[in-house]
Amino acid sequence: MEKHQLVCIVCPMGCYLEVTKENEEYNVTGNKCPRGKAYGMKELTNPTRVVTTTVKIKGGLLNRLPVKTKEAIPKEKIFECMKFIDSIEVKAPISVGDIIVKDLLGTGVDLVASRSM
Amino acid sequence: MLKYDIVVVGGGPAGLAAAIEAKKNGVDNILVIERDRELGGILQQCIHNGFGLHVFKEELTGPEYAEKFITELKNMGIEYKLDTMALEIGEERVIHAINTVDGFMRIKAGAIILSMGCRERTRGAISIPGTRPAGVFTAGTAQRFVNMEGYMVGKRVVILGSGDIGLIMARRMTLEGAKVLAVAELMPFSGGLTRNIVQCLEDYHIPLYLSHTLMEIKGKDRVEGVVIAEVDKNRKPIPGTEKHYDCDTLLLSVGLIPENEISKNAGIALDPVTSGPIVNESMETSIEGVFACGNVVHVHDLVDFVTAESKRAGKNAARYIKKEIKADAKTAKTKPGEGIRYIVPHMVRPENVDGTLDLFMRVDNVYKDMNMIVKLDGKEIKRMKKKHLAPGEMESVKIKKEDLGFGEDAVITVQLEKEGA
Ligand SMILES: Cc1cc2nc3c(=O)[nH]c(=O)nc-3n(C[C@H](O)[C@H](O)[C@H](O)COP(=O)(O)OP(=O)(O)OC[C@H]3O[C@@H](n4cnc5c(N)ncnc54)[C@H](O)[C@@H]3O)c2cc1C
Ligand code: SF4
Repeated sequence: MEKHQLVCIVCPMGCYLEVTKENEEYNVTGNKCPRGKAYGMKELTNPTRVVTTTVKIKGGLLNRLPVKTKEAIPKEKIFECMKFIDSIEVKAPISVGDIIVKDLLGTGVDLVASRSM
Repeated sequence: MLKYDIVVVGGGPAGLAAAIEAKKNGVDNILVIERDRELGGILQQCIHNGFGLHVFKEELTGPEYAEKFITELKNMGIEYKLDTMALEIGEERVIHAINTVDGFMRIKAGAIILSMGCRERTRGAISIPGTRPAGVFTAGTAQRFVNMEGYMVGKRVVILGSGDIGLIMARRMTLEGAKVLAVAELMPFSGGLTRNIVQCLEDYHIPLYLSHTLMEIKGKDRVEGVVIAEVDKNRKPIPGTEKHYDCDTLLLSVGLIPENEISKNAGIALDPVTSGPIVNESMETSIEGVFACGNVVHVHDLVDFVTAESKRAGKNAARYIKKEIKADAKTAKTKPGEGIRYIVPHMVRPENVDGTLDLFMRVDNVYKDMNMIVKLDGKEIKRMKKKHLAPGEMESVKIKKEDLGFGEDAVITVQLEKEGA
């Protein structure tokens, strides 16, 4: 049996999880809610993260527009996505939730504005 | 002289929530004063997610969270002045403020809500030895440069202190292409949330050195390197444990201090532990009709708690205007017991409590498997099991109003006890 100690990062509670694997069956304990169970299993099979960053914006109050991936993307794609996001420039006005990039690098996840400007 | 029923000083999440709640409770004539060029406070630079899980049941970034409140404030037609600095609170709740459009203003307020937030401790506050080159920033200043102004502050970075802002900047700088060499923390535990250690440091293989401090900053015009060393139980550096890093930037994440210059000058009593005003159950300070909420009272790690506390301040400021608060009601003091560093609020008048009393506190060390016990005049009124407690994570307790019956000069204590003891 495999045993893993994890900290759930889904919410600020930060529950201490123990994930055990026996014959391809994952079992999670220590989670205070179902999201922790899902996280524990996913973290061992396909870890993903929401990426938040900024893109250049012209004509806005600030020089940078904050953006985020609408869903979590695979962890190993983060730097590749950052590199791509770096090349993007948008023009004001933008509304919160506007899609900045559709299907970011084939992840199936959109990059959206996280404020209006 | 301008006249308002309620004037809110500071347009961060605390001020916004307080103003909105005051209006919802029937006060129309409200003004928010904000010194920055826009509303939203610190949240505008906190572009990472993790905000709002309690309030909105979804995970928002700082600007998204702020925008929801700014939109609501505007839709409600609450007045605000930007680029406007409150300078002083004089007698009879007259606020002195200044901006470039109206010039100097005297504003008479029926009630005042203080929500000026907090500021970061700087190099001066922790007496770092060495030269004074460029390249030393507080983590929050770096955050503003990188996330709002679009300037990268360095390429090779060492971070001193493991507060949440430092941890979040470790990840942010890494994503932007910098190399974060190490995070050094004086205490034997981190000051940040565990989830941030995991997703900001461990995800990117950034080493965290606990019980370590900064010995020296090298470089004349620009930071060229830093030396960190391990400390012993008395926080004295242990000779021979020095590590040298070649870096161009040092970020400080060594704590936040509530921004209370105005409160001090106005003669508001401050708590030496929190550095914020002493408040009662209504979030009212030692000066009648002056309320306070958010980081100006005590540093919160989650904005959701700020919002909840600020709603309480806004609602009670409205009740004050409507003369619904009983000022001379029986009062109990709260007192931190074993393992607890401070409790907010400091005073409780049960007659003014509506529904439940929420006590907020921080513990003084990292604990496992403890009972958190609330006592009223020595008699236990509530007990909660806690698996994990840390100074970086604020705790709260809800007490039912019915459980608060007491005589004169009562004391409410909260203490920790080892489970099974
Ligand atoms: C750098 C930094 C990063 C943070 N990151 C996070 C995070 O990632 N997640 C989280 O949950 N919390 C974070 N916090 C804590 C955060 O401050 C609170 O969650 C929340 O923003 C506090 O709200 P507030 O309204 O009390 O203070 P603030 O957001 O600081 O707002 C105070 C406002 O008052 C204004 N003001 C101050 N003095 C005056 C004056 N004299 N006249 C007029 N206006 C004035 C300021 O300009 C500011 O807009 C961070 C804090 C800091 C300092
Ligand atoms: S298990 Fe649930 S409550 Fe615990 S940290 Fe994860 S999401 Fe939060």
